[in-house]
Amino acid sequence: MAASSAVLSMSKIVKPFWGGRLGNTVVGATLTSHREKSSHTPPPAKYGGRHTVALIPGDGIGPELLNHVREVFRFSCVPVDFEVVHVNSSLGTLDDINNAITAIRRNGVALKGNIETNHTMPPSVKSRNNLLRTSLDLYANVMHCQSLPGVQTRHKDIDIMIIRENTEGEYSSLEHESVSGVVESLKIITRNNSLRIADYAFRLAREKGRRRVTAVHKANIMKLGDGLFLQCCKEVAAGYPDITFDSMIVDNTTMQLVSKPEQFDVMVMPNLYGNVVSNVCAGLVGGPGLVPGANYGRDYAVFETATRNTGKSIADRNIANPTAMLLASCMMLDHLQLYDHASSIRNAVLTTMNETRLHTADIGGQGTTSEVVQSIMRFIQSKGQLTSEL
Amino acid sequence: MAGNVWRSTILNLLRKWGLSINDKNKVKAQEVSRVVGALKTETPQTRTFVRGMQTVTLIPGDGIGPEISAAVMKIFEAAKAPIQWEERNVTAIQGPGGKWMIPPDAKESMDRNKIGLKGPLKTPIAAGHPSMNLLLRKTFDLYANVRPCVSIEGYKTPYTDVNLVTIRENTEGEYSGIEHVIVDGVVQSIKLITEEASQRIAEYAFEYARNNQRASVTAVHKANIMRMSDGLFLRKCREAAEKYKDVKFTEMYLDTVCLNMVQDPSQFDVLVMPNLYGDILSDLCAGLIGGLGVTPSGNIGTNGVAIFESVHGTAPDIAGKDMANPTALLLSAVMMLRHMGLHGHAKKIEAACFDAIRDKQVLTKDLGGNSKCSEFTAAICQRVQDMD
Repeated sequence: MAASSAVLSMSKIVKPFWGGRLGNTVVGATLTSHREKSSHTPPPAKYGGRHTVALIPGDGIGPELLNHVREVFRFSCVPVDFEVVHVNSSLGTLDDINNAITAIRRNGVALKGNIETNHTMPPSVKSRNNLLRTSLDLYANVMHCQSLPGVQTRHKDIDIMIIRENTEGEYSSLEHESVSGVVESLKIITRNNSLRIADYAFRLAREKGRRRVTAVHKANIMKLGDGLFLQCCKEVAAGYPDITFDSMIVDNTTMQLVSKPEQFDVMVMPNLYGNVVSNVCAGLVGGPGLVPGANYGRDYAVFETATRNTGKSIADRNIANPTAMLLASCMMLDHLQLYDHASSIRNAVLTTMNETRLHTADIGGQGTTSEVVQSIMRFIQSKGQLTSEL
Repeated sequence: MAGNVWRSTILNLLRKWGLSINDKNKVKAQEVSRVVGALKTETPQTRTFVRGMQTVTLIPGDGIGPEISAAVMKIFEAAKAPIQWEERNVTAIQGPGGKWMIPPDAKESMDRNKIGLKGPLKTPIAAGHPSMNLLLRKTFDLYANVRPCVSIEGYKTPYTDVNLVTIRENTEGEYSGIEHVIVDGVVQSIKLITEEASQRIAEYAFEYARNNQRASVTAVHKANIMRMSDGLFLRKCREAAEKYKDVKFTEMYLDTVCLNMVQDPSQFDVLVMPNLYGDILSDLCAGLIGGLGVTPSGNIGTNGVAIFESVHGTAPDIAGKDMANPTALLLSAVMMLRHMGLHGHAKKIEAACFDAIRDKQVLTKDLGGNSKCSEFTAAICQRVQDMD
């Protein structure tokens, strides 16, 4: 830890001398090997000191929010270029999404809006988002729900990290109609994936200095499936004696979340319960417009809003809340090791959140998206960093 | 052989109903059919009219069950509700062939009375038999679990304007219990959705909405991911919506419902959904109004059977100490009265209960007070009697 921070400070000294030529390559590589969790991460796609990130606008509010992100990045002179890949969800072919997946493989990192899934289409047309997650094996979905000081909510002091298995479970999309009128849907739980996600959860908990990990399950009913998940969590917990491990049944969890959410610290769970719990927690801290989410795989990382809403009804009306997408882009900058830019944008976003007159409609205000973004950019400029014109 | 048995059964029935047969040939066909027909379509209303008192099977349960059942019986007596209680025990016994079942006298009583009130049942860990709730569900084919969640004035929670009903399919879905180990380390659980079960629950939901003057029904699903299974469920809901044009029908994704539920629960009315989502959402809604200690619940089965129950646990640590809170069982009993059409008594008892809680003088420990269960019960009885 000390070695990597020393290397980090050294890079700050080295950078002004070498300018943009050498960039952080030498120092960056050492940083990578110290800080990255897995040992096989390919180096970030850097060219001339600038990173390239795949950008998938998606549908609904995705395109406009990602435009705002690009605006803020350009304004703050963030050395990130975006490779935009459009995915047309109404087409039946998978070419678009395959292009997007290839772009992400090429770049290693992506920022995306939600791609709409029309559930009236036949079952052969799968959810594009799900396809993206499973093809790239983005096995961990991480969401950090924190009570924001400027936002009025019923509960206070919430600080929960939710780690959700992202590839299997109920989202296996394996369904068949064996007899007419009887449909079977398969929920798959594997030992490997459960161990992997539990390990990720405990490592993240240790890294962030968290004290307690709670596994959410329904093993009293699904004895084999969730039983296996719970057993894997217990096995991994044995290797982390400094972190307390307990488990809770999912219906009790939701009941506790709406009455005493302060009791939870880190939670790990299979896919569907993760969907429910993450949406409940997002609602508790103020809504879908405030929480960023990240999907991590061994080799790739994709950042998006935590609750993955398309927001069709509020699209193109300048009322969407840009906070979630901007915070997601800050998480991406952290992942790319551009920590300074990440913290400056994040501070600007959180400070703007304290100004209630700039709240968007979803958190009870009357501000527009562009007003919020302008205010964020003004704040970044006021901090004295290098920016382009407003 | 069979014919003789059938004939003697008919003769016994006719004798019971006061008809006598001098000559078998002279038995009027319509009399026999009247008897048989009346038995088949016997409805609670008819029986109330005939006898005045309704008989209800009461299953006190374990732990605090007997205390709270006694409390409910006392309150009903004070309210002069026309209910006669028939107490039965449902400890599982092993029938012929090794299959576990509920005692035959309990089954017979339920089949006869059609309405039941149940306290909490303990699920023994290593008894070798499935949980009692599961057994009851299978025996009477209890396909719908109905949980009305209304904010209780006087029991403060962060949510003050909850007024919704969750209707959950109770027989299939993710809880079918079909699991296999495919290879070592890979487990598969099967979620079963059938057309008839989905149709049955959808029609019940709309029927309930109509009977209870609810404006809209929302189907909760995840058809974007589970296209075929939840798609089938949705299709059946849409078909049922066509038949009940007076009730508004909407569909919403499970995650959107969860998100909106914790931000603004007042926007929901009646929610209908498959088993797992129903389990999670109904407990979420119970948490919004104050927990399982104050939430009523009813299970509707085929053949007009309905069992109303309290969904909390047996609380063995406070059993027998007169500390239990009978609110959940009482509100379930009120739900039962409404189901039977005794709205006047239902309103009276419910109002007395809510007034007692709002008054805050005699609350039990879990509601934040210090009183005993008997004191709380007595307060409600007093209020009920004062209302007359």
